[in-house]
Amino acid sequence: MKLKQLSLFLENKPGALSAPVKLLADARINILTLSIAEARQYGILRLVVQDWATAKTLLERRGLAVNVTDVLAIEVPDQPGGLAGVLAALEEAGLNLEYMYAFTVRHGSNGFFIFRYDDPDKAIAVLQKHKINVVDSAELCKRLKN
Amino acid sequence: MSKHTTHKAASFHPVSAPDFLPPGQLRDLQLQRLQKMVALAYNNVGLFRRRMKELGMEPGDVKSLDDITRLPFCTKTDLRDTYPFGLFAKPMSEIVRLHASTGTTGKPIVVAYTQQDINVWTNVICRSFAACGLHSGDIIQNAYGYGLFTGGLGAHYGAEALGATVIPISGGNTQRQIMVLKDFNVTAICCTPSYFLHIIDQAAELGVNFKELPLRAGVFGAEPWTESMRQHIQRDSGIKAYDIYGLSEIIGPGVAMECPCQAGPHIFEDYFYPEVIDAATGKPLSDGEEGELVLTTLSKEAMPMIRYRTHDITAISSEPCECGRTLRRIQRISRRSDDMIIIRGVNVYPSQIETALLKVEGAQPHYQIILTREKGLDEMEVQVEVTADVFSDTMGGLEQLQARLTKSIESATGLRPRVRLIQPHSIQRSEGKAKRVLDQRKM
Repeated sequence: MKLKQLSLFLENKPGALSAPVKLLADARINILTLSIAEARQYGILRLVVQDWATAKTLLERRGLAVNVTDVLAIEVPDQPGGLAGVLAALEEAGLNLEYMYAFTVRHGSNGFFIFRYDDPDKAIAVLQKHKINVVDSAELCKRLKN
Repeated sequence: MSKHTTHKAASFHPVSAPDFLPPGQLRDLQLQRLQKMVALAYNNVGLFRRRMKELGMEPGDVKSLDDITRLPFCTKTDLRDTYPFGLFAKPMSEIVRLHASTGTTGKPIVVAYTQQDINVWTNVICRSFAACGLHSGDIIQNAYGYGLFTGGLGAHYGAEALGATVIPISGGNTQRQIMVLKDFNVTAICCTPSYFLHIIDQAAELGVNFKELPLRAGVFGAEPWTESMRQHIQRDSGIKAYDIYGLSEIIGPGVAMECPCQAGPHIFEDYFYPEVIDAATGKPLSDGEEGELVLTTLSKEAMPMIRYRTHDITAISSEPCECGRTLRRIQRISRRSDDMIIIRGVNVYPSQIETALLKVEGAQPHYQIILTREKGLDEMEVQVEVTADVFSDTMGGLEQLQARLTKSIESATGLRPRVRLIQPHSIQRSEGKAKRVLDQRKM
């Protein structure tokens, strides 16, 4: 159910972002989605890619500092209140959301979000109880292709 | 050969015999050699003769070892002023080799050796390797630069004299260094500590696990380094890191070397006489007191050095060492009086910053200190490389690391630095001596 997200430490300077992106492009590894958290001098690039293990090795060989985190990909109805409903269920269970970001593609009438919780397993249990769809990596790739 | 048995079984190598001379005999030998050398310098080196005369002294006035404190000092400036050959005590027909310093600050300095000087140098390096448990059968990768720098050739001849197998790979080409370390079953390596750190990092990226290699000892020197750096190297590589001390003006590496107790380098006192002085007044200090190290060569023919001021800050320890050597030790040298930087009127040594950084869990020893002046005020920026161990996917961890580093440096130096976290490998790696400070202040 859980997805592996890669986090890269990047300095805030020209070219810092394009280096890893180009490296993955040259290896024909597709980036499913990404987000950047930034401070004044540095940032963290968060990536969800098709083959995280290969991507991690490639990025580390290039000398980048890379971490792996478990995140959840959650299917949310693409309509007003769709996201609010999902969040309400998780908040009710007392789970604190660290951060989230969206996929640009949709599947049918649903969109996808990446959610990051300290306790992803508990989050999965809550989501399943509320019949909210959490998709795994294989399923995600399949849906994003269609 | 397993890592542990060879190390433990290393009883004393025959070449180490002079390390254990009874102190009385050692002092007699030192005096005999000192008197002979003072006469040689007086008769053949104009600068030295002139200074002796100014003090109203003659070689015959050196009657005891204590009289050494009456002799004039020699400084790096003297070497520059007499560039290139002005301090030679022998004609070129007896000089078999010249070395020179890199000359990053002005003109290089030139040092000379007779065959006898080379033999002495070979002997002290050989004893240096023996002191840390190396012997014939060991494979020594010599990654000190070969050439005008004394490190490469010095270590080379000493290792051969020991009967070890030397790989004269010289500095640089890190990937090849790692390949050779692995493929040739290297058991010991010589280089600067900062270059070895670079080798460990690159090896990790290439998937080479140092702890699975037969490498067991590193003979590191040619730049100041801290005890924290030693601990870091030993933890990351699984080898023992030994501190070798030396300087071209005296002979090159091999003036002093650590034994397996790793409690500060033993000075090869049968060839080099150490003193520690108050750097400001020039007054001799007692053993145990910290000050500037002053060295006198006791056998040098081509270029005798009398009371050479090294700028290295240390204290001499006459406490007996567990290894049984009678040679006195110097405290490991982590700072030099000319390394000192003055920031907003506060004296700071790069080694203080290195120690403070390595106190913070997960911090890496790749750092650089950048000094600038903004609106008349000095600013100190410390750039530290970030590795995967010290950050997570959230910003909190990074902010905490930055805060902890800032606090640690502030409590060590009294100055609040700007800590800048930077990507791995952004600081230029040195294959020789690391450049820790970039002073961009316009004075």
